[in-house]
Amino acid sequence: MIKSSLIHIGRYFLMLKEVFSRMTKWKIMKQLIFKEIDDLIIGSLGIVCFLSFFVGGVVAIQTALNLTNPLIPKYLIGFATRQSVILEFSPTFISIIMAGKMGSFITSSIGTMRVTEQIDALEVMGINSLNYLVFPKLIAVSLYPFVIGISMFLGILGGWFGGVMGNFVTSEQFIVGLQDTFIPFHVVYAFIKTAIFGFLLASIPAYFGYYMKGGALEVGKASTTAFVWTSVAIIVSNYILTSLLLSK
Amino acid sequence: MIEVQDIVKSFDGTQVLKGISTVFETGKTNLIIGQSGSGKTVFLKTLLGIHRHDSGRILFDGRVYSSLSKTEKRDLRTEIGMVFQGSALFDSMTVEENIAFPLRMFTNKSNKEIMLRVNEVIDRVKLIDANKKKPAEISGGMQKRVAIARAIVNNPKYLFCDEPNSGLDPKTAIVIDNLIQEITHEYGITTIINTHDMNSVLEIGEHIIFLKNGVLAWSGNHKEIIHTDNEDVVDFVYSSDLFNMVRDAIRHMDKKKTKKELKNREQE
Repeated sequence: MIKSSLIHIGRYFLMLKEVFSRMTKWKIMKQLIFKEIDDLIIGSLGIVCFLSFFVGGVVAIQTALNLTNPLIPKYLIGFATRQSVILEFSPTFISIIMAGKMGSFITSSIGTMRVTEQIDALEVMGINSLNYLVFPKLIAVSLYPFVIGISMFLGILGGWFGGVMGNFVTSEQFIVGLQDTFIPFHVVYAFIKTAIFGFLLASIPAYFGYYMKGGALEVGKASTTAFVWTSVAIIVSNYILTSLLLSK
Repeated sequence: MIEVQDIVKSFDGTQVLKGISTVFETGKTNLIIGQSGSGKTVFLKTLLGIHRHDSGRILFDGRVYSSLSKTEKRDLRTEIGMVFQGSALFDSMTVEENIAFPLRMFTNKSNKEIMLRVNEVIDRVKLIDANKKKPAEISGGMQKRVAIARAIVNNPKYLFCDEPNSGLDPKTAIVIDNLIQEITHEYGITTIINTHDMNSVLEIGEHIIFLKNGVLAWSGNHKEIIHTDNEDVVDFVYSSDLFNMVRDAIRHMDKKKTKKELKNREQE
């Protein structure tokens, strides 16, 4: 178990080294990057917007329902929504959802290319298949923080909507809560996390897709494994980054 | 010409190729045959450089593959065309884009020049009305034609085909065989075909090597394979009654022909 994990980790880093060597012609790479931006970033916006808005609303309603003590000010609903959405929900939980959506897409598309010998075809032609397939994905996910920025905005908007429309808090109270003890570094922290999660989201599923063996069934298995390990990597790196960036 | 000298390849301590030596000549269709597990695919992939051989030498027109620098190996790969068993066409691209891919990757030709060459090979492999279609929208036979077109578009010196007839009906299989042979003669390419198909062996086998358990057990051509007494080859090639009957008929005809020729000579 430990030996096989170490082999995977070693091979993952060797893969990353290969991804950045023997670059594909820029004229071709440019097109691949735009295609990946469309598939991975633009294609994820719909589900991210939908989830963020409604989960933001639920966070606000849950907070309101649990504030039973009349001494606790109502504006805390806005405060709690902001903190939950910016610090954890948008960067971490949306990333885990994306590990399922974006990650399984990456693993299955690369895995299918492996099964159908398309990767062998690239290699036989003398093309660095890792650079051709993985590099554009890594560049595309550098735009992932923008997705999370939109998620933060819509999460808070959803919180306002849920709180105000449910008559749990007034609009003014919610906005006061949003502005209360706001620490700008929290947003920076969230975007640092997001950038790292984005890299993990593209590279780990790519690894599992690229090195898979077998047929169609194994492509499915590789997607599931990729989702599990991407989620684990996100959770562990979340813990490490939070300790490093927010601990005093 | 590709020269193979004493190639050995092992996986996890098990020798799959046990010292194979042969020569694949230019302008000929060279066939690799053998039962499943005989090492055909490993041999083909070793020739292609996908598997690194343990010992021995592979020479591409005198160039020893293992002694080439990375850049030289990359340059050599641009001289190789490959037709994969499952065609290995890029799903996300149209037929035209698939064929143009090697040109866009390795040449600095303008779009106009690329399209001119693409249309030239499309005509050569007789692909009709498929330019804008995706691989999933065309038949298996057409996919093979696209794969052949992609393999020859950059004027390769060497053409490798891994079971080009698998999954095709007999009629289409013959068309694909003939197409590969015509292209080999027309462009003077060194063609190596890995096949199970006995029709191909008898139709286009200008040089055939028979592998058994990783050893070169027999070599010859499509005429010699009919008269060979090598038990392994007979057992493999003539495993069906039909091929046995065909073999007997051809042998009978050849004997008759030889007798007639002898008689004619005596009379002269």
